[in-house]
Amino acid sequence: MTKVLLSNIDRPEQVKLETYRASGGYRGLEKALKLDQAAVIEEVKASGLRGRGGAGFPTGMKWGFVPRNSPKPTYLLCNADESEPGTFKDRLLMERDPHLLIEGMAIACYALNCHLSYIYLRGEYEFIAHILQKALDEAYEAKILGPSLMGRDFALDIFLHLGEGAYICGEETALIESLEGYRGYPRLKPPFPAVSGFLASPTVVNNVETLCAVPWIIQNGAAAYASMGTEKSKGTKLFSVSGHVNKPGVYEVEMGYPLLDFIKNESGGIPNGRKLKAVIPGGSSVPVLTAQECESVVLDYESLAKAGSMLGSGGVIVFDETTKMPEVLSVIADFYAHESCGQCTPCREGTGWAAKILRNIVAGKGKRSDLELLLKIANMMEGKTICPLADADVMPIRSFVNKFRNEFEDFCNGH
Amino acid sequence: MIEFSQEAKRRYNAIVSHYPEKRAALIPVLHLAQREFGWISQEVADYVGELMDYPPSDVLSVATFYTLLHKKPAGKYHMEVCRNVSCWLMGAYRCVDEIKSLLRIDVGGMTEDGRFSLNLTECLGSCGTAPAMQVGDRYYENLTPQSLAEIIEKLKND
Repeated sequence: MTKVLLSNIDRPEQVKLETYRASGGYRGLEKALKLDQAAVIEEVKASGLRGRGGAGFPTGMKWGFVPRNSPKPTYLLCNADESEPGTFKDRLLMERDPHLLIEGMAIACYALNCHLSYIYLRGEYEFIAHILQKALDEAYEAKILGPSLMGRDFALDIFLHLGEGAYICGEETALIESLEGYRGYPRLKPPFPAVSGFLASPTVVNNVETLCAVPWIIQNGAAAYASMGTEKSKGTKLFSVSGHVNKPGVYEVEMGYPLLDFIKNESGGIPNGRKLKAVIPGGSSVPVLTAQECESVVLDYESLAKAGSMLGSGGVIVFDETTKMPEVLSVIADFYAHESCGQCTPCREGTGWAAKILRNIVAGKGKRSDLELLLKIANMMEGKTICPLADADVMPIRSFVNKFRNEFEDFCNGH
Repeated sequence: MIEFSQEAKRRYNAIVSHYPEKRAALIPVLHLAQREFGWISQEVADYVGELMDYPPSDVLSVATFYTLLHKKPAGKYHMEVCRNVSCWLMGAYRCVDEIKSLLRIDVGGMTEDGRFSLNLTECLGSCGTAPAMQVGDRYYENLTPQSLAEIIEKLKND
């Protein structure tokens, strides 16, 4: 299979500019700089690349929304705030192949006519900041970045910005607020960042994996990228697999790979000969799938949506038959309660009460009527807030309670 | 009255120069302040506010939003064990119990010598190498009670 993202991930010293260049690095940027800026955007549009942070929005279209004749500068922000539970793919790209990200960002900046760009890296990844900074320094020294992008009449600065621990800052408008130096409160949209984002200027926020796919697309052509995957989900995708599997890790596969084959072939199946019970296919925010539902699912946006879940960030968490699902949901609900920014009442209150009710149930002190209360709280949160964090709590609550109702009732036995 | 060291002042100027507007530097400056002074006390908020010309209440309101900015003193080795799904599945709480018994502290506590403190944290992005913990700018992964005992022993003598 053709690898777009991980082809050099195991190459020794790939973090170094010299090695990166020897593996064909920065040739995508060289090629892009020979094209019109608009032609680069058209190429990305034609590739069918969609945002890999979780929303799956077409990348080229997002770039196309930036007004061409704005008197204000345009900013590109790389969203490296990877914190969706179950997701650890961006980390691998940045730790092992940091120049790939820098090249992707440089191409995007050229296409967007952006001269100042930031990598918003989650604070916990400070150890990766050292790696990225070294790579940025090398790129400046080699005059790839700086006053003239690869010798062209185009200035580009890329700076690293560390977050300080807040899941919500992965939401693009919260990321912008945080980058501006404020609490990470999501903003109402519209206006969308493409029109008014960082410092009220046109801003594009792209995920690490999305940007890392760009050099390959430019070098090999949109058609080559679009020839991989399915009709609507083009190309390859990284999946982070964790939980009850023999070989947890990050795997790159073409979109459309059957989920159960993926678990068996790529991540080595389930340990100790146990049976599969459930899978969270796209990070903790998406609805859980039962083992039976997994049978007909392939890994792409449409198939997972049809099964009532989402591809999300590609964070696949696998649960074997011994897992107590109410306990898992309680862990998840505690997370959303902790990470709610507190701006919208339905989310601030709802995530907190849902977490308390679940803790009570797991402690054996719950009542069956609590399950109805939980679902009622979910209804009261859904779609009533500025950002999707509340919905991200609703999806696991509803799917866990409805699909594993017996287990929840067993925990409430006698009450 | 506290003050940045010469090195930190140099760093401060570099940070501010990275942004078109000074305000955007506030959170990186708080990070720098924490590295200098250990945690974001009222005194530190006053100093950063004075330095950047923002009210201390504004500085503290930002600092209190972010979990990596400490609002109370933390140990030299602040151990943050991930409690999220994959780490939980792979035995994060066994590791927490091990730390508690080795250091005789509770979650949220600190050893008397100020060397170690312990907290639970949310997903570290180490789900494939679970369970994991962060100590400063370092990750420790695939933790077991045995490996933890070794890590703590090493940090004790560090």
